[in-house]
Amino acid sequence: MTQAVQAEDGYTTADGRKIGGIVMEMKKITLRFGGVVAIKDISFDIREGEIRAIIGPNGAGKSSMLNVINGFYHPQEGEIFFHGKKRGPMKPYQIAEQGTARTFQNIALFKGMSTLDNIMTGRITHMKTNLLDQMLWWRSAETEEVANREVVERIIDFLEIQAIRKTPVGRLPYGLQKRVELGRALAAEPKLLLLDEPMAGMNVEEKEDMSRFILDVNDEFGTTIALIEHDMGVVMDIADRVVVMDYGKKIGDGTPSEVRANQAVIDAYLGVAHD
Amino acid sequence: MGATFLAEDGLKSVPALFKRNATTLANAPAYREKELGIWQTWSWSQAHEEVQALALGLLQLGVKKGDFIAIIGHNRPCMYWSMVAAQSVGAVPVPLYEDAVAEEMVYVLSHCSARFVIAANQEQVDKVIEVQDRLPHFEQMIYADPRGLRKYNHARLHQFTVVQDQGRAASDAMRTELDSRIAALDYDSICVMLYTSGTTGKPKGVVLSNRNIIVSARNACDFDNITSNDALLSYLPIAWVGDFIFTLGQSMWCGLCVNCPESKETVLSDLREIGPSYYFAPPRIFESMLTSVVLRMEDASQIKQKMYAYFMDHAKKVGNDILDGKPVSAMDRLKYAIGDFTTYAPLKNALGLSRVRVGYTAGEAIGPEIFDFFRSLGINLKQLYGQTEASVFITLQPDGEVRSDTVGVPAPDVEVKIGANGEVYYRSPGVFVEYYKNPESTAETKDADGWVATGDAGFFEESTGHLRIIDRAKDVAKLSNGAMFAPKFVENKLKFYPSILEAVVFGAARDHCCAFINIDLEAVGNWAERNNISYASYQELAGHPQVMDSIQGYVEEINRQVAVDDMLSSCQIHRFLILHKELDADDGELTRTRKVRRKVITEKFKDLVDALYDGTQYIDTETEVTYEDGRKGTISARLTIRDAAVQTPVQKVAAE
Repeated sequence: MTQAVQAEDGYTTADGRKIGGIVMEMKKITLRFGGVVAIKDISFDIREGEIRAIIGPNGAGKSSMLNVINGFYHPQEGEIFFHGKKRGPMKPYQIAEQGTARTFQNIALFKGMSTLDNIMTGRITHMKTNLLDQMLWWRSAETEEVANREVVERIIDFLEIQAIRKTPVGRLPYGLQKRVELGRALAAEPKLLLLDEPMAGMNVEEKEDMSRFILDVNDEFGTTIALIEHDMGVVMDIADRVVVMDYGKKIGDGTPSEVRANQAVIDAYLGVAHD
Repeated sequence: MGATFLAEDGLKSVPALFKRNATTLANAPAYREKELGIWQTWSWSQAHEEVQALALGLLQLGVKKGDFIAIIGHNRPCMYWSMVAAQSVGAVPVPLYEDAVAEEMVYVLSHCSARFVIAANQEQVDKVIEVQDRLPHFEQMIYADPRGLRKYNHARLHQFTVVQDQGRAASDAMRTELDSRIAALDYDSICVMLYTSGTTGKPKGVVLSNRNIIVSARNACDFDNITSNDALLSYLPIAWVGDFIFTLGQSMWCGLCVNCPESKETVLSDLREIGPSYYFAPPRIFESMLTSVVLRMEDASQIKQKMYAYFMDHAKKVGNDILDGKPVSAMDRLKYAIGDFTTYAPLKNALGLSRVRVGYTAGEAIGPEIFDFFRSLGINLKQLYGQTEASVFITLQPDGEVRSDTVGVPAPDVEVKIGANGEVYYRSPGVFVEYYKNPESTAETKDADGWVATGDAGFFEESTGHLRIIDRAKDVAKLSNGAMFAPKFVENKLKFYPSILEAVVFGAARDHCCAFINIDLEAVGNWAERNNISYASYQELAGHPQVMDSIQGYVEEINRQVAVDDMLSSCQIHRFLILHKELDADDGELTRTRKVRRKVITEKFKDLVDALYDGTQYIDTETEVTYEDGRKGTISARLTIRDAAVQTPVQKVAAE
């Protein structure tokens, strides 16, 4: 249950990356739905530039946790600090404007729209011109469109999805839809990227591709990433620090190797009887 | 009007030609590449500056005359510039296949003792790093795309643009050295070294001189009147001699514009956007184009299907004659014109072939039906016959004398003769200098008078003077009853069916022929989808009884066609099976240019070949496969062997 204490100014990962100070801190979060306690008294932090994973068996409360980080659920107890400031209840768009973007466990794309248009919607928080500007296609609107398109094209290039630029996403295979969704989240140029089971339902090759993209996003853009994942192998390979949840409680927190050696984690994954 | 050039003194190396283009064609487009969704253009003078900067940078890094520089990547302008920059500093560019696994690279990189490597991206850099401990001569690597490479140790690693910037900065100090190295190049200096994929044994490094490349490129440009107004899409492996001759040789000689696709997956849409006027593709590309047309027509509306069927029938009847300028009745011409408006032109546009003035196919024999399909649409598709050792061109088909069963007349300056055993020999200014570090093979292939053995069996048609290639000389054999056996002849016929991707026919020294079939996943998968047949894998689909039935139908149809051929009627297929895996270059079953390696297949699937001949109905087998990242695994399967109906060769007299 103990957690390695990190210095205030961050730490250095095994592969030599410098991890910065705390971006988001959860303090004693408890979330209830009526009588059901989804999250119970959980504290942990996310540091700048790291890949932070939340893992746990089915029903452990991972998605609820992500939704708390995301501001979609407001915990009944506990406090959330974002860049040192306490964060009260917020609307999703306010969270987005703060620089947080996410993907969903069940893909939530606009099926009839092309890959390009879907990713373009991710630029919404970066668009300043109003409907009238856009309709009259004034210079400001055009300049903005061109600038946004360039950002989107860089993402398309980054994710290697040039060939499906104009394809409606509904026609794409699952693995590619996941990639498009990641693209849309990246288009917001987030400081904190939340990924809800990015590898769910993928085959080995698709998982490898997605892992590479996640690492590259972190490396190229310095984006802080918090991800929920089922696949232990993947998490252990790409995450810097891992929070392990079981039945709404935190049962482990630390580097992948620390977590792997944690008896409570082993029990939870091997299915020891709960008494 | 496009500029045309005559042979001149002083233009005896590729860098010299480049310099000339940068002056005479200064602002004409030389290279285009699609990036971020937009076609970026470099003029000849801009491209020249880029190459100069890189060459100066290479000097800075300490490239010496005669060094070998391996170039690994896909078709990007910077990869071609790397080749010219290497030549400019007196080094030898050695392009490698980008899909080669690290193990294969070790052989080539150590064989040519490459001191420098220019790699396109992280994937290629990783492969070289993986094996660098086994490459004692390897010193420095330059990469083009920095993505994912920032964290790498840069002690021996340099970014392409940084090298260029360092070159520009050192321009004053290095310029004289660069100019003198370029000036030292002549017809006899090495232009490039290309490793042949080799259907047998280890790859051989074919050394080609500036003379080989420039004279061959000049002759080919003159033959088809290619000028600086022409454009081509370069999408074939840069390590392949054809791409080198077209994209580098011919482009340098006549100044045509080279277009590079955005990515491998976008080639077809890029083709449509560029609309090249000079187009080259191996038969398999035309096959897959035709497959996709056939599939899409099956999904089209009734009216479109009828229109397509009607006008394609008409095109089949007169299209070829119209293209060849033969007399065709006014009525047929009118009908063809209507067909062109309604069907052929839209189809060509969809394929990106609207502007093709000269198209070539080579590398393998093309199925006559495929060939005629494209020609009947009005596309001037021709065949050429060539080899790496000949700097490509041995024979070419002149306009108006195009047929699917010949490969044309000897190219300009090329002499061709048929040896006593039926093997084709040639002699030309394009004949390679030597196999690098392999004098025995050089002597075996090239005799003292400069005649080179092609390894192909063929003959000249008396009436037309055109060369006909039957098969690889070593593959042409006899059945045990003495009848002639030419596997490729039957395989090509089978491969015309969209459902059949690859076929391997056995029969040498046997009493009858049998075959392995590879289904085309795209075509058969589409068919399965429309017929509500569910399948989880290639293997499952390949073993489906209904798939077997339809393939059996095709085999029997081919048997009927083969039966009427006087010489080859014994090549009918008696038994066949559908393989449980796709033949793959990673497993060594195909070459990197996707030619079947018979020997490897015969050995690897020995149990299956035996089963074909011993009359069993089912066989359990286990096969090792290599994944894209080099790991190995095995797949096991139970295969069904089917008997196909064969025809008794019909006597001509009896048939009438």
